[in-house]
Amino acid sequence: MQASISIKNLSLSFGALKVLKDLNLEVGQGEFLVLLGSSGCGKSTLLNCIAGLLDITEGQIFIGGRNVTWAEPSKRGIGMVFQSYALYPQMTVAGNLSFGLKNAGLPKAEIKERVDRAAKVLQIEPLLDRKPAALSGGQRQRAAIGRALVRDADVFLFDEPLSNLDAKLRADLRVEIKQLHQKLRNTMIYVTHDQIEAMTLADRIAIMRGGQILQLDTPHEIYNRPANKYVADFIGSPTMNFFDGKIESGEDPRFHTEGHSFPLHGYNFRSGAAVSAPAWLGIRPEHMVSGAEAENAPIRMDGVVELVEPLGSDTLARLTSGSHTLWIRMDGQAEVANGDRITVGFDAARANLFEKTSENRL
Amino acid sequence: MSDALQIPTPPAAGPSGRKPGKILSRRNIFIYGTLILVSLYYLLPLYVMVVTSLKGMPEIRVGNIFAPPVEITFQPWVKAWAEACTGLNCDGLSRGFFNSVKILVPSVILSIAIASVNGYALANWRFKGSETFFAILIVGAFIPYQVMIYPIVILLREAGLYGGLTGLVIVHTIFGMPILTLLFRNYFSSVPQELFKAARVDGAGFWSIYFRIMVPMSLPIFVVAMILQVTGIWNDFLFGVIYTKPDLYPMTVQLNNIVNSTQGVKEYNVNMAATILTGLVPLTIYFLSGKLFVRGIAAGAVKG
Repeated sequence: MQASISIKNLSLSFGALKVLKDLNLEVGQGEFLVLLGSSGCGKSTLLNCIAGLLDITEGQIFIGGRNVTWAEPSKRGIGMVFQSYALYPQMTVAGNLSFGLKNAGLPKAEIKERVDRAAKVLQIEPLLDRKPAALSGGQRQRAAIGRALVRDADVFLFDEPLSNLDAKLRADLRVEIKQLHQKLRNTMIYVTHDQIEAMTLADRIAIMRGGQILQLDTPHEIYNRPANKYVADFIGSPTMNFFDGKIESGEDPRFHTEGHSFPLHGYNFRSGAAVSAPAWLGIRPEHMVSGAEAENAPIRMDGVVELVEPLGSDTLARLTSGSHTLWIRMDGQAEVANGDRITVGFDAARANLFEKTSENRL
Repeated sequence: MSDALQIPTPPAAGPSGRKPGKILSRRNIFIYGTLILVSLYYLLPLYVMVVTSLKGMPEIRVGNIFAPPVEITFQPWVKAWAEACTGLNCDGLSRGFFNSVKILVPSVILSIAIASVNGYALANWRFKGSETFFAILIVGAFIPYQVMIYPIVILLREAGLYGGLTGLVIVHTIFGMPILTLLFRNYFSSVPQELFKAARVDGAGFWSIYFRIMVPMSLPIFVVAMILQVTGIWNDFLFGVIYTKPDLYPMTVQLNNIVNSTQGVKEYNVNMAATILTGLVPLTIYFLSGKLFVRGIAAGAVKG
């Protein structure tokens, strides 16, 4: 796959504060990359650096094979969509879409053609003569996407484009963005703090923390084989259950935690074999089973239900088992109540083990 | 169940619906009483001025300053505008009026044009030392301008502008700079940064963003700046009397010279008419732009 964007040893400092630290990233042609992280992790900053809206301190940025490290934002072949839509309030939607093209000095006929084409793709043709104030949130964001679309850019940058919308509209537009990507096949970089958006949209997700990329992988890998405890904890809701304990290697490796000893048969160690070391064992609430299934699970434990959250499709329950607190996701039809004593179980093959101090995957 | 829901239930006893208000409550009497009293306090002098300016001198000498004119005459207004003598000139306030206009128009346009670009640059194009530059500019707003009068006299003399209107226009423009720059910087800072970023991605440069994005969004602040500058410059007396010469005195100085002339009879009616005439310009600006101001705010309210 040919690289559409490549970032080499990128650093950005504001005075003594290092916001991005020696970052390297390659994005393939037509790839949908999501930058995911909690606020302040540097994901929007990285996007602004790619767009050329922030001057970087060190490193290089290539877009489409061209070194654009010092290029103006408009000369980088990018289109950008912002969280607050950032539509020019005094211009109509058509005016907003054509502003960049006029600045580029394109002939009138071509501007009109491109605006019409983008409006058709986004189904905002009836809105072209309206001012942004007369549009709803979803229509505004569509117009903002249109403004990026008319530029015929190779690369689209999205800076939390759906964060200002309500839940229903967010889900709808998420699907539209995905379809748009499938239709256009442009390279897209999408910044979000919403893991559902990240999981559903991305070809690959880059999880960021403290100005560094912790893991860059497909959504499937990130969910199933998180590279470290932070990623494991960040992805998934409710978050992964963790047991503090230690691994005992040998013929039949086991994990010892307070009050329990789990057989690790079936766990796929990164190094191929188990090592004796202090560690965390993590298991997702949805990978735990209860009731009759639990009886057959390789690892079993008893717990008392202390909180039930019915979601309709699923039911979440929090239980205490000794000194451990666990979340479990059950079928929506499961009948549980506070105070019930239930047996839960899981398979070590679905668990995650992290080294105690480095918190890296074992 | 659904049937039961449709049976209208009679309202229970006790309060229901909108709470009735009393027109003559203690609160209302207090609020409106105060308002009426304060407006009387401010309107009475204006009433006396208007009434006096419409009376002849014999009627004024009777001494009933609150009495309406028995015989209305516009002679004092004509005299104040076109005939009153100040020094050697006997063409009334009209000369001062046109001088003031000649000072006002370029000063207002120039100061607002420069200050808005300053504010825009300081808010959106942060450069090395821009914060320091801004701090120095703001300090300028707190220096009492009396201390700068003499140095400016020397500067203008050396530049060959002392005693002319150009010099005065430059002085007004410079003295308006700190407060106007602050005003515009703060306003432009409140414009979402993403709008500015979007314009940069769209290939707009410094001036293009200023004229096509920022200015059309900023009508309200331009009106506020205009009100500030028009009233400030029109009401200025000190700079006018120091940096110009009698031929070019602005209206305020001219008014002072008419009202404070020490020879002859004190013509109260002419003085009153002259004062009202001088105050008319800022008054008109307030009335006209007040409407524009509200409309400007409404037109700008498109965020989010």
